[in-house]
Amino acid sequence: MLAVLQLLADCLTIVVAAQLGNKFTGEVQAAFQKFLAVVVSSLGRHHKMVEWTDFERDTIQDIFSRIEYDVVGPAALARCLVVYPWTQRYFGGFGNLYNAAAIKGNPMVSKHGTTILHGLERAVKNMDDIKNTYTELSVLHSEKLHVDPDNFKLLADCLTIVVAAQLGNEFTGEVQAAFQKFLAVVVSSLGRQYH
Amino acid sequence: MTTLTAKDKQTVKAFWAKVSGKSEDIGAAAVARMLVVYPQTKTYFSHWQDQSPNSPAARKHGKTVMMGVGDAVTKIDDLKEGLKELSELHAFTLRVDPANFKILSHNILVVMAVMFPTDFTPDVHVSLDKFLAAVSLALAEKYR
Repeated sequence: MLAVLQLLADCLTIVVAAQLGNKFTGEVQAAFQKFLAVVVSSLGRHHKMVEWTDFERDTIQDIFSRIEYDVVGPAALARCLVVYPWTQRYFGGFGNLYNAAAIKGNPMVSKHGTTILHGLERAVKNMDDIKNTYTELSVLHSEKLHVDPDNFKLLADCLTIVVAAQLGNEFTGEVQAAFQKFLAVVVSSLGRQYH
Repeated sequence: MTTLTAKDKQTVKAFWAKVSGKSEDIGAAAVARMLVVYPQTKTYFSHWQDQSPNSPAARKHGKTVMMGVGDAVTKIDDLKEGLKELSELHAFTLRVDPANFKILSHNILVVMAVMFPTDFTPDVHVSLDKFLAAVSLALAEKYR
């Protein structure tokens, strides 16, 4: 349903653009699309994004207390570099990323994977204020590292896969939903300071 | 989703014939819009001294992109083969996250609406949207 709303929003944008012509500047387009995005999101949601149920809180705390950061982090980053090879663009200084085996054995990849998990821990400890927790990191990724924020989604997906492999059947649909909601908030916060 | 019918191809070619004279302006406007409306796309242009939407670098890039689109129109019968080299460029050198192809395509459509409100009918829109999606797919072909 949400997808249909987005398509309708896109068509509305096109029609308004045709109506307004050159008055529909980039800045006007940005404002209009932001407005429509909020409308679409509000129409599609049944809960407020950053309210956590007890189950969700417990699940996130539980997952992060059980996983080994220096196993899961490196595995997730390595997987991302293999599955989405264009992400390697950000790791030119990491040496040999030639194939999956090289990526898996690369010490810089491992170290960075662990760093990422420790970074996630900050959100785990501040679940009610993830947005502000990541303001500086968002600025860093935008202004210094120039990372396309779509990559955060890709890494989040890989992390989900790795955690699923770790937890097996305990990674139920409900647990997955909580984990993905958490990662979605993280991804959104990391993308907020891109201007 | 991306099989272009004979009607799609005809529609795209006819519309392109009408608008290609303005292709530089279209490209510049689309890239400018992209940089403003989707500021995260600026991450790919950190090497530009001037990242503002109407900078000479941005205009030049718009021209380059639209030349690629125009070239794709001539190769509409086999985009995968026709865009092979461009795909390799994007896959191995530029490594643009493919999500951005959708973003730029959207902005090309918006510019068409702004510049050609009467010609950019829903029928033209659907064929052009399918075409740009097919081009995006062909560009991503060599990624993995």
